[in-house]
Amino acid sequence: MTATAVHDVAAGRRPAVRLRKLEDERWLALALLSPTAVLLGLFIAYPFVEGVLLALSDARVGDPGHFVGLANFAKLWDDNIFWTSVWNTFWYTGVTTVFKLGLGLWLAMLLNRHFRGKALVRAFILLPFIIPTVLSTFAWKWMFDPTFSVINWTLFNLGFITQRINWLGDPSLAMSSIIVVNIWRGVPFFAISLLAGLQTISPELNEAAAIDGARPWARFWLITWPLLLPVTMVVMLFSVIQTFADFQLVYVMTGGGPANATHLFATYAYQIGIGTGLLSQGAAVSLAMFPFLFVIVVIQLLYIRRVEVR
Amino acid sequence: MAEVSLHKLNKRFEAFHAVKDVDLQIRDKEFIVLVGPSGCGKTTTLRMIAGLEAVSDGEIRIDDTVVNEVPPMDRDIAMVFQNYALYPHMSVASNMAFGLKMRKFQKAEINERIKRAAGILGIESLLGRKPRQLSGGQRQRVALGRAIVRDPKVFLFDEPLSNLDAKLRVQMRVELKKLHERLGTTAIYVTHDQVEAMTLGDRVVVMKDGVVQQVGEPLELYNNPANRFVAGFIGSPAMNFADVMLTGNGGQVTAEAPGLRIALPPDLADRGRPHLGRKMTLGIRPENIHVAGPSDEAGYCFDAGVEVVEQLGSEILLDTRVGSALFVASIDPTIRVRPHEKLRLALKPERLHLFDAESEKAL
Repeated sequence: MTATAVHDVAAGRRPAVRLRKLEDERWLALALLSPTAVLLGLFIAYPFVEGVLLALSDARVGDPGHFVGLANFAKLWDDNIFWTSVWNTFWYTGVTTVFKLGLGLWLAMLLNRHFRGKALVRAFILLPFIIPTVLSTFAWKWMFDPTFSVINWTLFNLGFITQRINWLGDPSLAMSSIIVVNIWRGVPFFAISLLAGLQTISPELNEAAAIDGARPWARFWLITWPLLLPVTMVVMLFSVIQTFADFQLVYVMTGGGPANATHLFATYAYQIGIGTGLLSQGAAVSLAMFPFLFVIVVIQLLYIRRVEVR
Repeated sequence: MAEVSLHKLNKRFEAFHAVKDVDLQIRDKEFIVLVGPSGCGKTTTLRMIAGLEAVSDGEIRIDDTVVNEVPPMDRDIAMVFQNYALYPHMSVASNMAFGLKMRKFQKAEINERIKRAAGILGIESLLGRKPRQLSGGQRQRVALGRAIVRDPKVFLFDEPLSNLDAKLRVQMRVELKKLHERLGTTAIYVTHDQVEAMTLGDRVVVMKDGVVQQVGEPLELYNNPANRFVAGFIGSPAMNFADVMLTGNGGQVTAEAPGLRIALPPDLADRGRPHLGRKMTLGIRPENIHVAGPSDEAGYCFDAGVEVVEQLGSEILLDTRVGSALFVASIDPTIRVRPHEKLRLALKPERLHLFDAESEKAL
């Protein structure tokens, strides 16, 4: 074996042409990258381009339509429901993110301590995250049902209310209700991710700070929080993107109602595009999400880079 | 400047009894070293003094105050951690300033103290850097700096040199010693390295399984170990032990084992006489064994089979078999020895140790 190999080299013989090409790093890189490139192109780039083209046409169900320029966007500019959904999306994302961060961090700090049954508690905390969103949202919808609401029943029996509250029928209550459900669903992700981040912070740092004279609050703000910040920012980035483009929760709970009061970008795009068949209009709504999200993500990424360099 | 005293100190972690009835009086300005194998309770003891671990039972006093319930920040101590525990997001200067800022010192005073400490440690040029831009030795200095700017009553060191490479460790050891001479602050130092313990400590506390085995000055531990554990732990290479039987013959007491027959010198013989006919452990340090010459009395000589020869330049370590026991001997480097040779060795009788085989206590 070795003898033949030596003989081959001596005779100037080399492996087959195809294999030889893979020894060149450029060809190897190409070969290794192409599956990813194909997948990304097929499932991300192509639909995106199609979406853009759709938004620039007047296509509807059963009609391929023609190029109409920015007409769809001009129409959106004058659409009050569109602006309501823009505002809703920002409000929904902002409020839920603040609460998810606060509650998630609090849970993470609790779970970072040692206590009996910690593993069990950690597993339970993940539940809202594991259950399919549509299923858990249906359960919540039932809890918010004006007649069968367990919340109303409890409040009534405790004597806090005398009349049924129509949680999902009142515009502002409906928004608050879906915000509550989103927080419930999103907290585990924050808690577990931040817990992972906390566990990378050496307990010795807190001990050193304690000996240095820092009280618990000072230790949190001066040691734990700054060291956790890179993880926090990444978790927030993921959460903001997901929440901004949320669909299933609102769709199941309110369908955007009452009277379009709880529409987000995604639900409004769905209602127009699929619900009423105005595909191009729907595409324009979802595409309108892009610049907003883009700006948010760029700001966050820049910030992450800054805190990581520190 | 402070005295620290531990009185019947205990620590239990659920079923595990980590520290058992530790009594210790640490004098003002003393450098005391807690040494022992891992799991002996030395770090737990230190952490209790720091206030990082609750005391299960017993009392800790700093000067005349019982500090059991006093939080770490109010004990006026400074601690240097094994992994330095520098705040990674702060510059060297901020790391050093942190404790002073927390204690609301004036800015001018803080800068003054940082400058002085940095001067002592030779880290003036590093003040603007982040910990990750420093080498291990530099981090160690910063950790020391963070402790000394505070000018605390007591320094606590938790194996501070164990993450440094061998050469740097020796260098930092010397610097620590100088630093302590210069500052004169009471220091409690934990290590598993007996060389560090011997070289740094004014007094050394040897611990095992949560129990203090012996407290004493380094040479006292070396010359008069209280039990077999201390004898084996202090000194490198470790003391040789052989299971022997004591036999009496007139005034003479002899320690006997297969292949070994050593006459005990008079004072040891006196102490051994009550134990005639009983199993004992004989101990002799490698440096007290040499190749037998004409001046060595026959009663202190024995035959040994050389198994391994370790040339260290300044000495030769011989791993030898003596009957059923294994003896290490440190001999003159000019002597030429080869493995598997038979050799006649002699020991210094005044350096023999005898331990009770059961209680392991020294006679």
